[in-house]
Amino acid sequence: MLHAVGSMSTSESPTRSNSISPALASWLDVLGSMRFAISSLSILAIASIIGTVLNQREPFLNYVNQFGPFWAQLLSWAGVVEVYNAWWFLLVLTFLICSTSVCVTRNSPKMLREMKTWRESIRSSSLRAQHHHDELTTPDSPEVLLAHQSEQLKRLGYRLKIDSRSDGVMLAGKKGAVNRLGYIFTHVGIVVIALGGMLDSELPLRAYSWWFDKQPMLEMPVGQAIPDSVKLSASNPSFRSNLFVPEGGTASLAMINTHGGRFVQELPFAVQLKQFKVDYYSTGMPKLFASEVVIIDKETGARKEATIKVNEPLYHRGMAIYQSSFDDGGSKLRLKGYSLEGAETVDIPIEVGSSIPLERAGSPPLKLELTGFRAINVENVGQIDAIPKEQRKFQDSVATVLSPTAGGRSKGLRNVGPSIQYRLRDQAGQAREFSVYQLPVEIDGYPMFLAGVRESVNESFQFLRIPADQKDELDEFMRLHKSLTNPVMIRQAALQFAEKSAPRGASGGSADPAVKAQLAQSAERALTTFAAGGLQSIADYIGKNVVETEREKAGEMILRVLSSSLWELWQVARQQANLPAAKLDEPNGRFIQLAQLALSDSFLFGSPLLFQLHEFKEVKASVFQVTRSPGKNIVYFGSLLLVLGIFAMFYIRERRVWCWIAKNPAGLTSMLYAMSSTRRSMAVDQDFAVLKTALKDHYGNHNPQPQA
Amino acid sequence: METTIPNPRPSTPGNLLNQRSYLAQRSVFDWIFAALLVGAGAYAFSRLRGIMDVYELWILFGTVPALIWLGWSWPPLRTLMLVLAGSALVAVSSYGGVIANGEKNFLLKYLFSSQSAILWMSMLFVMALVSYWIGLLAQSPTSLFVGTATTWGAIFAGWHGLLARWHESYLMGPDLGHIPVSNLYEVFVLFCLITAMFYLYYEEKYKTRSLGGFVSIVIVAAVGFLLWYTFDRQAHEIQPLVPALQSWWMKLHVPANFIGYGTFSLAAMVAFAYLVKFYGETSSWVKLLPLWLLGIALAAEPLIFRRSGMPSYWAVYFAIAAVVVAIILGLRKQIAPRLPSFEVLDDVMYKAIAIGFAFFTIATILGALWAAEAWGTYWQWDPKETWALIVWLNYAAWLHMRLVKSLAGPVSAYWALVGLLVTGFAFLGVNMFLSGLHSYGEL
Repeated sequence: MLHAVGSMSTSESPTRSNSISPALASWLDVLGSMRFAISSLSILAIASIIGTVLNQREPFLNYVNQFGPFWAQLLSWAGVVEVYNAWWFLLVLTFLICSTSVCVTRNSPKMLREMKTWRESIRSSSLRAQHHHDELTTPDSPEVLLAHQSEQLKRLGYRLKIDSRSDGVMLAGKKGAVNRLGYIFTHVGIVVIALGGMLDSELPLRAYSWWFDKQPMLEMPVGQAIPDSVKLSASNPSFRSNLFVPEGGTASLAMINTHGGRFVQELPFAVQLKQFKVDYYSTGMPKLFASEVVIIDKETGARKEATIKVNEPLYHRGMAIYQSSFDDGGSKLRLKGYSLEGAETVDIPIEVGSSIPLERAGSPPLKLELTGFRAINVENVGQIDAIPKEQRKFQDSVATVLSPTAGGRSKGLRNVGPSIQYRLRDQAGQAREFSVYQLPVEIDGYPMFLAGVRESVNESFQFLRIPADQKDELDEFMRLHKSLTNPVMIRQAALQFAEKSAPRGASGGSADPAVKAQLAQSAERALTTFAAGGLQSIADYIGKNVVETEREKAGEMILRVLSSSLWELWQVARQQANLPAAKLDEPNGRFIQLAQLALSDSFLFGSPLLFQLHEFKEVKASVFQVTRSPGKNIVYFGSLLLVLGIFAMFYIRERRVWCWIAKNPAGLTSMLYAMSSTRRSMAVDQDFAVLKTALKDHYGNHNPQPQA
Repeated sequence: METTIPNPRPSTPGNLLNQRSYLAQRSVFDWIFAALLVGAGAYAFSRLRGIMDVYELWILFGTVPALIWLGWSWPPLRTLMLVLAGSALVAVSSYGGVIANGEKNFLLKYLFSSQSAILWMSMLFVMALVSYWIGLLAQSPTSLFVGTATTWGAIFAGWHGLLARWHESYLMGPDLGHIPVSNLYEVFVLFCLITAMFYLYYEEKYKTRSLGGFVSIVIVAAVGFLLWYTFDRQAHEIQPLVPALQSWWMKLHVPANFIGYGTFSLAAMVAFAYLVKFYGETSSWVKLLPLWLLGIALAAEPLIFRRSGMPSYWAVYFAIAAVVVAIILGLRKQIAPRLPSFEVLDDVMYKAIAIGFAFFTIATILGALWAAEAWGTYWQWDPKETWALIVWLNYAAWLHMRLVKSLAGPVSAYWALVGLLVTGFAFLGVNMFLSGLHSYGEL
């Protein structure tokens, strides 16, 4: 058990030299006080908790969206949005380091002195003041007793010192004095860890950029030389940067993301990416991310081949290169652009990361920005009904590829094939973002194409589900969609519908023309209304034209008419394309039913165009993290001290015993012995019991129990 | 505090005075045990050398002496390890290299497959809880003994389950295999086992079984979670390791962490017992209210931090916990005199927190070392890291106050209970509530 190892509080008068002025001394007292340390720690703890609850380092607009402008401003001002780098956080941390340092420098000399002393000159009478003491008497001579007891104490692990006095002998023993080092080690360890950590924090970067007058930039200029003011030279002593290298490419300029923009970090070497490999388990979870690279040293020109994997970084010239994430390195795609306004389908070649203008007849032009492409998407198909669900960010680090799906149950996990992500930007600069899968995904037993849309990055994608046709293509749906914009075809479909559904005459002859005309009219109205805005338009129409009590019935009827006439419309469209009429079977029936829903939803899609991935040639890119962390080994050293210190404090018990051996008036030898304990504990009781048994080994039961 | 200590147990001084050295004191059984472990280690080395990297080999070499030391230090572990080795061999031979045998083979299906073993463990822990409480309330030593015996049974079943799971993961696919400490389901089993084993150690050391009922509460709470996780989420399915987890560090970091979590929970339950004893004579509900609220706050943790909805399972779980805590508080007058002395409770609490703190420190440092390899930096204020730091600071402060200011009594007990609240959040809340790099245990 540990004795009071010297308090950090001011109540124990600290030893300090007289050269310090009283003002400074009282400052040091405050700084070194337990109350101060606890307060600082509490602030840090609360700040840290806030940091875990509030998303850190997001764009300011996100906070505005979440909390409103006032609170966003306030949070930003208080530094809570980047709490671990906030000036006050670092200040409190610095105070804590100082406080602990003061404490340790103040107490260490005392501790070390304590460790060395034997306190053999203790007065024999004061032994009785110890809680744990006992006596024994023996006819043996003091010398014999001394020799015997020394032997016993040594066996219990005590180191001994003898103080011979005129009236007797004081035998002082101690063990486990290293316990006191535990105090020093833990506290020094914490200071060392904190200092090392500061070397690897953002502070050196701030100091460096201030000293060399560097400014981060929000957007790197494209196609121009990078200005010197954002470039950090290779001599930067501490940094954490991201290096993007496409397959076949070479890079030596890394990016440092920081508050207010990015810096460019020059590296003393270039990284050439030969290949980036991704392997998957049979369940679809990622198994391996590995980059085959060549490191080309700029100074010596030496080339070093290596494979960098997650958990297996490469160390070069005191810097570490990690597999951090992966990205697209400019894959070449061919897209099919389906018009949702009746125009012709277009074929567009585009590279990932680039953008092209789209000219549209009679409408203002749009810009297509292809932002992402993924050759493999492992999704939880079992949960796809839960769409809209959050899409993973493309550049998410590899470590977080264990996002919901990957970390979840394997049952619904499946590779659903490639997908593209793109934005359509209008002339005003407003953009919608889309995420479209190339292959249909089975939902409720029917293959569906998924096309997601969202207004801003903060939202999740809302998915339009389009039924695939029997060739697993979008074509039939698009045919139907297009024909819905064509009044002539609608008219024809309505007539066909009327022809088929008008009741035959009694003799099986042709139906009543008046009934037919009426049916054709309602079919045409149903289709036209639907073409104007989907099921919502039909609901509006009913709401406007039918009395409330009749609405449900009317709705049912109109929907029935709509379904059947949509089928006819499809047949008309197929006929025009010189295709045979579709068979009226279960799959086709299901198709038209789902198509009706998709057509209705397509009005919410908010885009005149839908791009579908047609062909692709994938070019991958690897994102490395390149770091130089001068504090790392310091932190490790501090951690070692901390662990050693903790074990010394908890598991090495400091014990001191004294035996006062003297002749008593009766001519016998008596021994008064005591064990020190500043604090009562069961462990001390137990140890004293052991001591008693040892010391009374030969001499027990001679004397009455002393009174406590 | 000049209270007398009623039962200062001299811990068999004979041994300490024994002149023979540590090694000379070993019995024949000790040596046979050590030889078997060395043999097993050598066999593993000769068979599996090819698939282990140099670090894993070092872990293997380190495990053998560590297990020998554990077995020698606490003899029941020798027996446990030998029985486990036997049962694991039965499981391995029953599988015969085919995972599908788990469904066909009777022994596997009902006893030795990992899933049935873990369900057995769950059942035995519940039985232990009941036995301990009957024993405590009815003052029946037999029932208390049954509590101890079933806890040992549960520990055997749980460890067997983990060992079998380890084997099964390799049967599912050689590239899928990994040590079963990789997700929330597996570490929950580990948590139950570690907490129970530390409890049994103190039970033997302090010669009292009256704390069993208290410690079993936290274990059974974890079992309740485990069962929900199994049945509702099919979490028992063995999942392959994502690249970030494919590291030998996992074998060290996770178990060290759970020694911390386990002992902190143990300390909190002892603290609960302390407070029940402390309030044993009070008739004021106002004084008991904070304790009851704290008790249900702990039970509410899985409920509060759910992202959505409140399934009936958790409502029932919460209600049972609230009632159980209330009943225990209601019976405080009966329970209090049967609990060990305040000194013993205080001592167990301190010892558990001290060992937990030491291992939690090591685990956090190991985690930092691993993070430096996997994520490129040893510390980046990831929510799990930050909460680990908060837990660490909390217990550091507790230990400070105890060592420097001699904090003891109800304040330290309350603090230890609140500590479990914080630990519980770091362990579960972060996984459920906050996202981050430690998202292995999605809920």
